[in-house]
Amino acid sequence: MKKVFLTAFGFSLICRFSAFAQTKTDTIHTNKPFSLYEPLPANARSDDYNPRALHVDEINLVSSYYKQNGFHSAITGGIGTEKVSDISNGLDLKLVWTGDNENKNIISLGLGYDHHTSASSAFVTTTGQGKQGGTRIYPSIDWTVENPTTGNTFGIGAYYSGEYNYKSRGADVHFSKKTNDKSGEFSAKFQVYQDKVTMIYPSEFIPVITPVSTGATYITTASGNLVLSNGGSSDSKPSLPTKPRGTYTASFGYSQIINSRLQVMLLADLVAQSGYLSLPFHRVYFTNQKDTIEKLPSSRFKLPIGFRANYFLGDNIILRSYYRYYLDNWGSRSNTANLEVAFKLTPFFSLSPFYRYYTQTAAKYFAPFEGHSASEAFYTSNYEYAKFNSQFYGAGIRLAPPKGVFGWDKLHDLELRYGHYQQSTLLTSNVISLNLGFK
Amino acid sequence: MINQTIKLIAAVVLMAATTSCVHLKEYQKSRINDSEMALSNRKVEKNEMNFQSYRESASGANAGKTGGGCGCN
Repeated sequence: MKKVFLTAFGFSLICRFSAFAQTKTDTIHTNKPFSLYEPLPANARSDDYNPRALHVDEINLVSSYYKQNGFHSAITGGIGTEKVSDISNGLDLKLVWTGDNENKNIISLGLGYDHHTSASSAFVTTTGQGKQGGTRIYPSIDWTVENPTTGNTFGIGAYYSGEYNYKSRGADVHFSKKTNDKSGEFSAKFQVYQDKVTMIYPSEFIPVITPVSTGATYITTASGNLVLSNGGSSDSKPSLPTKPRGTYTASFGYSQIINSRLQVMLLADLVAQSGYLSLPFHRVYFTNQKDTIEKLPSSRFKLPIGFRANYFLGDNIILRSYYRYYLDNWGSRSNTANLEVAFKLTPFFSLSPFYRYYTQTAAKYFAPFEGHSASEAFYTSNYEYAKFNSQFYGAGIRLAPPKGVFGWDKLHDLELRYGHYQQSTLLTSNVISLNLGFK
Repeated sequence: MINQTIKLIAAVVLMAATTSCVHLKEYQKSRINDSEMALSNRKVEKNEMNFQSYRESASGANAGKTGGGCGCN
C-alpha cells in the first residue's frame, strides 16, 4: 500500500511541476511561468534587462522492477538461495535559470526510493527467520553553472543513501571544458563517499553489549534490532555499532566528434577505497567446516578504463558501443563489451536491441563454500569476487514525438526497456524499466 | 598490473593520434546531435547499472556512481 501511495504521490508531483513548466513568453500574460523573479512591467527601463526566470526544465521518473534467482548467497557462505526482488522509483528534477553574468545555472534534484525482498537475508539468523525486506532512500542535489559562450561548466553535488544497515554520504566537484572548435570536450569529476556499515552479525556471532550505566543487556538480532535480554530500562538503548568506509574517485572523460556520423569518448576512473570493506553478515566456511565472518583488506584500488563510440549508419540506424577494461589490486581483471543497435523506425520512435558480455577473473581472496583454509589472512565466499562471465541482453523502445507522447505535450519522452541477465555461476535475473520524461 | 595499464593507455593514445577529426559546421551536426547519439547512458538504464555494480566486481568508467549504497541483498 505504501508503494502504491508513494508512486501516486510522485506522479502527482510531476503533474504539479509540469503545470508550472511553461517558460516561453506568453502573449497572454495571465499564464505566469513559475519564477522566483517578478518581471518588470512593460513600460519599465528595458535596456540590458535579463529576466532570471527559474523554471522546471525537465522532470524524469524512472521506475524499475528487478527479480533475481541464484544459488550462491554470501550470507550462507557461498551456497543457498539468492532470490531477490526489487522495485525502484527515481524522480529527477532539472531547474534552470540565467544568472546576471549570462551564465546558465542548472540545479538537479533527485530522489530515489527502492524496496527489496531478499530470501538470503532471512539466514542472517541460523533459524532462517531474519528480516527479508528493506528500503533505501537516496536524495541528491547538483548545481552546475554553464558558460553559454564557451560551453564550459563547473558544478558541485551532494548525495545521501540510507538503508537500515548502511548509510552513505557523498559529495563531488566537477567541471568540463570544450575545445576551441567545440568538437571535443574534457571533463573531470572528483567524488568522496563516507559510508557507515552497521555491524549486523550472523546470529551465531552476536556480541553481547552491556551498557555500564544501567546494567541492562541488549543483543543485536539478525534483523538489526536491539533486544533487551534481561531487566533494566529501555531508555538507554545503545546504538548499533558501525564501521566507516571511504570511497575516493577521480573520473576523467574526453569526447570527440570525429565526423558527421561518428563520435567517441574515452573514460577513466581512479578509485581508492579504505575502511571496512567486508560485510559483517557474510559467512565463510573453512575447509574444517567451521564458519566465520568474511574478512577483506581495509584498502582497495580500482582502475576502470572505458571507451564509447556511437556511429550513425545510413539514415536510420545508430550503433552505440561501449568497452571497458578493469583491474584492481585484489587481483580481479574484467572486460565488458556492449553493443546496442537503435533502429529509428520513424524520426520519433526507435527500437533498440542490445547485448552485453562481461567476464572477470577471481579476486585472490575468494574461495567457494568450504574452500578457505583457516590460516588465510583474508577470505570471502561472495560470488561478486568469483571468476565468471555474464551476458545481458534485451531491447528497449523510445518514443519522443514533437507533439508529446500519446498527444500529451508535457510528456516529451518515453523509454521502456527489458533485459535478461545470466551469469556462468547460474545467477539469473530479469529487469524491466520505464522512464517518463516531462517538460 | 602496471604493464597492462601502460599498454592500454598507449593503445588508446595511438588510436586517438591516428584518428583525424573533421570540424563540422552547425548544419552538418544533425546526425551527431540526434538524441540516440548521446555519449552517455540512457536514463532508463540507471537501475540496470546499479544491479550490475553489485553483482560484478568491476564498476566505473561509465559516468555512473562509483560508491554509495550497500547492495547487500
